[in-house]
Amino acid sequence: MLIIGEKLSIIAKRVREALLKKDKVPIQEIAIAQWKAGAGMIDANIGPAEDGGESLMEWMVTTIQEVVPLPICLDTTNYKAIEAGLKVHNNEWGRPLINSTSNDPERFPMLELAAKFNSQIIGLTVGKGGLPADAEERAAIAAEIMARAMEYGVPLEDLYLDPLVLQIATSQDHALKVINAIKMFQELNDPPMKTVVGLSNVSNGCPKYIRPILNSYFLSLLMYEGLTAAIADAQEVAATVKTINVILGKTLYAHSYLEM
Amino acid sequence: MAFTPPTESYTGKVCALTIGLGDKAITFGGENVLPFHAFEGSIPNKPVIAFEIQDIPPDDWPEQVRKPYKDVANDPISWAKYCQDTLKAKAIALRLIGTHPDGENRSPEDAAKTVKDVLSAINIPLIILGSNHAEKDASVLISAAEAAKDKNCVIGKAQEANYKTIVAAAMAHNHKLIAMSELDINLSKQLNILIIQMGLERERIIIDPMCSALGYGLEYTYSVMERIRLAALTQNDTTMQPPMLGDVGMYVWKVKETQASETDIPNWGSVEERGITWEAVTATALLLAGADLLIMRHPKAVVAVEKVIEELV
Repeated sequence: MLIIGEKLSIIAKRVREALLKKDKVPIQEIAIAQWKAGAGMIDANIGPAEDGGESLMEWMVTTIQEVVPLPICLDTTNYKAIEAGLKVHNNEWGRPLINSTSNDPERFPMLELAAKFNSQIIGLTVGKGGLPADAEERAAIAAEIMARAMEYGVPLEDLYLDPLVLQIATSQDHALKVINAIKMFQELNDPPMKTVVGLSNVSNGCPKYIRPILNSYFLSLLMYEGLTAAIADAQEVAATVKTINVILGKTLYAHSYLEM
Repeated sequence: MAFTPPTESYTGKVCALTIGLGDKAITFGGENVLPFHAFEGSIPNKPVIAFEIQDIPPDDWPEQVRKPYKDVANDPISWAKYCQDTLKAKAIALRLIGTHPDGENRSPEDAAKTVKDVLSAINIPLIILGSNHAEKDASVLISAAEAAKDKNCVIGKAQEANYKTIVAAAMAHNHKLIAMSELDINLSKQLNILIIQMGLERERIIIDPMCSALGYGLEYTYSVMERIRLAALTQNDTTMQPPMLGDVGMYVWKVKETQASETDIPNWGSVEERGITWEAVTATALLLAGADLLIMRHPKAVVAVEKVIEELV
């Protein structure tokens, strides 16, 4: 399973300050730590970035890829910023991932960008009508996004379906619905559709010491259902991912498997 | 529509490994498909067979396999030269069996001298093996590795009990290393991890999952090799990607079928032919399981297996 290292988010104070000052050091330190811990891609979340989003994303992508040989998950609602990021993205390290399109017409242009820049893209299974009620509704929205992707010329193997993880503290019943959705998404196509979650949202609002526990156990169940990728803190989930891979027979067991 | 045969594709690749020096150096491994599945990918190098010789006369070998070497086996130098010049060996495996504490208990210095002498007599790659006594091998292989410094030999076998010193010797003197575990895929992976963590690149390791002869546990060796290869190719497990060794001769020429005389068991047929066949069949099975390097004894068995390789690659 692919870990998309999530620590580079504008929500984090250290990152926000670095972005304001264009200070490369903290950004690169975080990116390197995620890479070393096993991330296969780095999430660059610059928020809505209405002012100066283009130069900000450009700076993020080049700053990260200067020190880490990984592709970037471009995380913003700002279309222009995504485009600017795609233009400077170094595809030598793998293809970028746009985060995200959805079933909201305002987000369709993201598909255009994916097609134009041969990028992969996340399809968040929400529409204009608010949050999906259950796994079935998520799958129905997923099917619409898939149809739209084909219309825009984005191959289905480049689309990662995201069931939208909700906070367990406020929407407990959705945790299981998300797990079911991961299973259902794969059945929408042959070969199975790829799937992704924003993992840490499940524990958002929970006491700090509980968060890694919730994140890791939730990830275990999602991996069992065949999750392709998770936007998560690689340092936090690396042991879980390695262990579940051993239990599922995807990695050969050895006493030192956690060190590899 | 024309029929297209279904093919598998693999995410991993076996490491290619070169031993020896100059134009006599040989490379094996490097394939990204299961053994002989050339129709699914690439097999850049053929499996290699090394002729086994030893530091003391082979009194423990059965007569049928001593016979081809009867004029040379009293001296490792002439034995090695005979394999290289007359039998056209591509590589030689020198087993320092004389160092075993229960046998002649030769010293590491004796072993080093033998290695030096053999190396000065041949120009094909040399594999240097201890006596399979974990403790003694550690000291013997340090001296042997030093005596063969920079000749790009293979030394072994490093096992769980002695790998640290042998790995250090391989690193210090620029050799490749055989990592042996006893028919256990998880321990084999673990040993490789420990060796890699010491700083020896995985591209310098040869995996020996431990051999066994036809009728005497061959299916265990076969299964472990097969699973190692599948982990390397389908799971892209980098620690399982070194090429594999089948140390065939010493296991085959110990079993009853290669020795029982025609008078004792007349319906088993010619003892000479039987032994050769036993070795060739065991070796061929291991090639099919994924072995890239074989150590064998009888020249006629080697010829038979080389023919199989020629036909299949």
